[in-house]
Amino acid sequence: MSLAATGRPGPITVLGEIVMRPVIVVGDFSLFCAMTIIWVFRRRPQSHVLWANLYQIGVESLPVVVVTGGFIGMVLAVQSYDQLRMMHLESHLGSVVNMTLVKELGPVLAATMLAGRVGSAIAAELGTMRVTEQIDALEALGANPIHYLVVPRFLGCVLLIPLLTIVADVFGMICGWMFSVSVLHINSYYYWAHTYHYIGLLDVYSGIIKSLFFGAAIALVACHRGFHARAGAQGVGTAATQTFVFSFVLILFIDFLAGLILSQVYIWLNP
Amino acid sequence: MNSRTYHPEPLFELMGVSRSFGSQHVLREIDLAVYPGETLVLIGESGCGKSVTTKLLAGMLKPSAGQVHWHGQNVATMSEAQKRDGRLRIGYLFQSGALFDSMNVFDNVSFGLRQMGRASATDIREIVMQRLRDVGLTSDVARKMPAELSGGMRKRVGLARALALSPEIMIYDEPTTGLDPVMSDVINELILSIRDQGQVTSIVVTHDMHTVKKVADRVVMLFPLARLEGFEQQKIFEGTVEEAFHSSDPRVYSFVHGDASSRLHELNAA
Repeated sequence: MSLAATGRPGPITVLGEIVMRPVIVVGDFSLFCAMTIIWVFRRRPQSHVLWANLYQIGVESLPVVVVTGGFIGMVLAVQSYDQLRMMHLESHLGSVVNMTLVKELGPVLAATMLAGRVGSAIAAELGTMRVTEQIDALEALGANPIHYLVVPRFLGCVLLIPLLTIVADVFGMICGWMFSVSVLHINSYYYWAHTYHYIGLLDVYSGIIKSLFFGAAIALVACHRGFHARAGAQGVGTAATQTFVFSFVLILFIDFLAGLILSQVYIWLNP
Repeated sequence: MNSRTYHPEPLFELMGVSRSFGSQHVLREIDLAVYPGETLVLIGESGCGKSVTTKLLAGMLKPSAGQVHWHGQNVATMSEAQKRDGRLRIGYLFQSGALFDSMNVFDNVSFGLRQMGRASATDIREIVMQRLRDVGLTSDVARKMPAELSGGMRKRVGLARALALSPEIMIYDEPTTGLDPVMSDVINELILSIRDQGQVTSIVVTHDMHTVKKVADRVVMLFPLARLEGFEQQKIFEGTVEEAFHSSDPRVYSFVHGDASSRLHELNAA
């Protein structure tokens, strides 16, 4: 039966829509990213808008990052201790905890936490602005929504998520060390001596470089989802949820890609 | 009904414009011209594409097919700077007011002026206070946040914000929806005084027949695509207020007279 007769699309139409929808979303997201990068260089964001976003993204995220970092350090110490003790390598606990922290878990878990806190908040805020026509109003009043809304959030995430990752790393190292020394009775000298011996600057930089891309991914996904939020409370909620899910997947993908590239760089620098 | 003469050269023109959102088709091959100085009222059932039409006219949406012309020039061929300048000549009152939640009333009304960056702080202050007075609000409202305002006040602040840039064209998207009859009439009077004081061309989207009778020079009625038969024109009426109220088309007649009998019959049959 034809579409006109039933009022319902046929299986070929449904299949076409299933295939086309992700293609359209990826294409639209790519254009959105390109427009954001162009506007970053075309005109500086207004300082009061940028500072407000820096405060919201950076200062307000500090407590959650400190707590996350601290617990990552302690959990790593607990998990690694038993296995190292079986091999009588407890004194190497510092190198294992700190290496894992600065290279992998610190950046990834801090970014995951920030995708939930910062990303969802951005998506919900922009989503609400979309459904209440505030983004249309910006355009009607001569402001470019990408320049006014996206660029400050993008810069905030790209600049501050690496700094927040460093904060998470530092607190993870401090908490991991305190727990190892006071509860697991690891010698403090060997804890730091092994850390210093095994961890190079490249390990520290790799974590920070990755977090730069994590920040960009969180900001772009959150702003894009917010801009495309559907009407109603459910639409805004969906945008926030999608932001966390898509950001998390992108964080893991970037982490994998960066791991591959940086391991080659490491081999190239230390033949 | 107001008797005004139409200039032959349209200010805005939609030429065979269609617009879809994904698989949802909202507008199909619409032709519409807006002439300088007139007040055009768009009516039609919810979901027929009235607001989408105004957003296409204001350049906030791009047509899926067809052309939008401003002063005879195709918007699609304009540079970003030309489009921005064109948009700044259009004031838009959104259905909900669309005030920026994070800013107080003063910052909302002054937003467009600050974006343009052509006026000094003192001038901006004067313009904002004058616009608030124009819409019947006192200066102490300037410090309030949008959440502290009533529906009518939000609409009036939205109107003051749109007027701050002294637009040549005002678009009102359901200006009286959700307001009590007195406040609705206040808004209608404001539409008339803005038109008469500043020689402003107005486009009004409304369901309110009192507004239609009071402000319209010309009425256009759109019909939801989903309920049209075959390739029938989506613009089912274009004419004066009198013609709309005496239309022989039962769809127009029942809409302007608020007669639900044919619609109820249609719903029962479905």
